[in-house]
Amino acid sequence: MTAVSLVEQMAGGLHAPVCLTWELTYGCNLACTHCLSSSGRRDPDELSTAECRAVIDELASMQVFYVNLGGGEPTLRPDFWEIVDYAIQRKVGVKFSTNGTRLDPAAARRIAGTDYLDVQVSLDGTSAAVNDAIRGAGSHAAAVRAMDNLAAAGAKGFKLSVVVTRDNVDQLDEFHELAGRYSAQLRLTRLRPSGRGADVWGQLHPTQAQQRQLHTWLVQHPRTLTGDSFFHLSALGERLAGLNLCGAGRVVCLIDPIGDVYACPFVLHDRFKAGNVRAAGGFTSVWRDSQLFTELRAPASPGACGSCGSYDACRGGCMAAKFFTGLELDDPDPECVLGHGEAALLARTGAAAPHPGRGHSHGAGSEPVLVRLGRRPD
Amino acid sequence: MTFAPDRPYRLHPSVGLRPEGFGALAYHYETRRLTFVKDAELTDVLRRLADYPDVLSTLIALGVPAARHAGFVAALARLAAAEVICDRG
Repeated sequence: MTAVSLVEQMAGGLHAPVCLTWELTYGCNLACTHCLSSSGRRDPDELSTAECRAVIDELASMQVFYVNLGGGEPTLRPDFWEIVDYAIQRKVGVKFSTNGTRLDPAAARRIAGTDYLDVQVSLDGTSAAVNDAIRGAGSHAAAVRAMDNLAAAGAKGFKLSVVVTRDNVDQLDEFHELAGRYSAQLRLTRLRPSGRGADVWGQLHPTQAQQRQLHTWLVQHPRTLTGDSFFHLSALGERLAGLNLCGAGRVVCLIDPIGDVYACPFVLHDRFKAGNVRAAGGFTSVWRDSQLFTELRAPASPGACGSCGSYDACRGGCMAAKFFTGLELDDPDPECVLGHGEAALLARTGAAAPHPGRGHSHGAGSEPVLVRLGRRPD
Repeated sequence: MTFAPDRPYRLHPSVGLRPEGFGALAYHYETRRLTFVKDAELTDVLRRLADYPDVLSTLIALGVPAARHAGFVAALARLAAAEVICDRG
């Protein structure tokens, strides 16, 4: 019906984000090795309850349909439920991500009894051995207890959220079965070299053979939620469900606990900071007028991928994955399924990859030490 | 229920409609489904459906050319199946 394709329209930006992630706190009672936001300690400058309400007022007037609350562990904020209730009251639906440690029977009943409130429980292994190597001792048991509580409270359709790694990619059928047992939806996302993830990405990101395995699995299980995470796999042939487009600053963005606005949840770095919700004009003006987002909405050059016949399928892959592995933004994705990323990584000539820093991590040595399980698959 | 253009319809009460350059985004708060309405005129029809006795008279009142009625009816049938609009009878 229209001359301009929907994908081009989306790439040019929307009046408001479709998928807005809002990390409420850097505080966390776990210390996952791949944490995108290097969370651990709360930041003294985190938005106050009143400032959070003001952000929600803005989201409501921009008609942001729902917000993904996360952290850190968002439920550690004493005003967490107050913020949730206020958002729902303003007709901004809420999904929140949790490690499940605080999802007791009372919280589960509250979730089951509230419209427009959705929860996703993070789990990165169907066995404690695989999960706890990343998320810390006891975290598998805590997540399972949380899901038991949700099921007992009658909450259906919650999300079981998994970051796909080299060690859990063989467990996809088990995750699928586990989600089914709880009437939950399985959500798979891509491991990014962001935050503390930069330190473990080399060991944990799926091998080329595992990426082909993952693509086949996703094609066979099209109802799996992915948040458009794996569009780089579309270069393997069959396109995956979703827009197959990097939404950073176009469809997606992130508000961090101190109000800084980043292009997506995987680029908490000054290079991708668009502004702060506390500044004049608030979030609305950052979304609509910031220089960074304006740049991201301009047509991108395919760069080194221009000569590859698959550019229309993968669009060059993930900006964050390139940036934190030291590649240029118009280089191939480091996990390019046609192998161009490995070549680009070998050909890196510039300075070392920009390290995301330790952020709000707990003191050195508090993260679980990554212990390899069995032989390396490659 | 099958879509009937001779019946009264409305935007579903649980749907939020946000104008965008290509038309609108419709979000259903209960099913949590996001739908792209890829046409400005169709967006207008969605907003005004409740003001008219049936779908066809909405199209006529809003000046949609007769040659395009079939296309609009097909699009509205899909939106009814996705519960973006519903029968208000």
